[in-house]
Amino acid sequence: MERVPILKIGQTLFVSIQIDLQDQSVVQLQEDLAEELVATRATGVIIDITAVEIVDSFIGRMLATIGSISRLFDAETVLVGMRPAVAITLVELGLSLEGVRTALNAELGLRMLNGRS
Amino acid sequence: MADFMQTNQAKVLDRWCEVVSATMRGRMSQDELRSELADLYGLVVGAMSGANETVAGELRAALVALSRSRARSGFSPSETALAVFSLKDAVYELIADAAEMAPEYLTFSRLIDDLGLHTFEAYAETREQIIKQQAETMLELSTPVVQLWDGIIAVPLVGTLDSARTQLVMEKMLDSLLSTGSSHAVIDITGVPTVDTEVAQHLLKTVMAARLLGAQCTICGIRPQIAHTIVSLGIEFGDIATKATLADALAHALRSAGLKVGPA
Repeated sequence: MERVPILKIGQTLFVSIQIDLQDQSVVQLQEDLAEELVATRATGVIIDITAVEIVDSFIGRMLATIGSISRLFDAETVLVGMRPAVAITLVELGLSLEGVRTALNAELGLRMLNGRS
Repeated sequence: MADFMQTNQAKVLDRWCEVVSATMRGRMSQDELRSELADLYGLVVGAMSGANETVAGELRAALVALSRSRARSGFSPSETALAVFSLKDAVYELIADAAEMAPEYLTFSRLIDDLGLHTFEAYAETREQIIKQQAETMLELSTPVVQLWDGIIAVPLVGTLDSARTQLVMEKMLDSLLSTGSSHAVIDITGVPTVDTEVAQHLLKTVMAARLLGAQCTICGIRPQIAHTIVSLGIEFGDIATKATLADALAHALRSAGLKVGPA
């Protein structure tokens, strides 16, 4: 099973999803992220989905769940780099990802998180 | 019959041209029409004399070409069909006295009817093609995305929003947001004639998709009557910012981008 690496940059955890997400790796990512949040006491999480071309309702829910998990550790989640096609799919699926903030790219996402702290 | 047509070619053709040109009202020159009909005539005679498949095919192709050019230059359906059917009149006038030709004339008449139908079908097909092309052109024309400021784009919507157009607008807007790195989009609906629940739903979807990308949307240009309809229908725009004019929306976008415009 492929694992998604989690990088720590300052007070932010950076997750770049560059693989075809399998259900198993998603669950693993959620666990890893929760552990990492506790260990590093990060205040922000950036999830980069630039390379994600296809989403389904499962992945949509997974993204929302990561947002909820992070909030439990008082960290804010910013989703960056969503493709237009992905956004349209999510809207059609009726998932508006409440509670997750979004930014056009990683740079703006970082600025958004730093503006908070 | 084929022999008869062959020998009387000049006479029949003259009469045919006369009948057809009466409906032309000067949209085609006499010579042009004559050469067109002469070609057709030759093919019709050829198709009648021998059961040659290639001639029949050529005849059909010629008719398709004829009805296509007629459809494009704005002839009415009956004018186009008449161009073929009037050959019957032209021939009939010549053989009206000869009773022994009647059975053959019937066969001939059936052939022309067949060709007429074929012409008509091609005509309708061409018209449909034209309509489709125009619809596509309109779709492209009507969805420009303009950059108002660094990081602010505007989408002026003109015309009725249906789901096909919404899809196109959404895709174009999201692509532009990404390519220009804009974090603010202003949707101007001054040109949208009516807003019902469906249109509102489409607008909301567009705004949601932009939000997922990480951009804010402002809707502006709601005309008084439309505001009235929106309220009567109980449509809620929720937390989406709405402004009266494009100027207000731009000011709002600039403010939220942390920019300030003042007198020079």
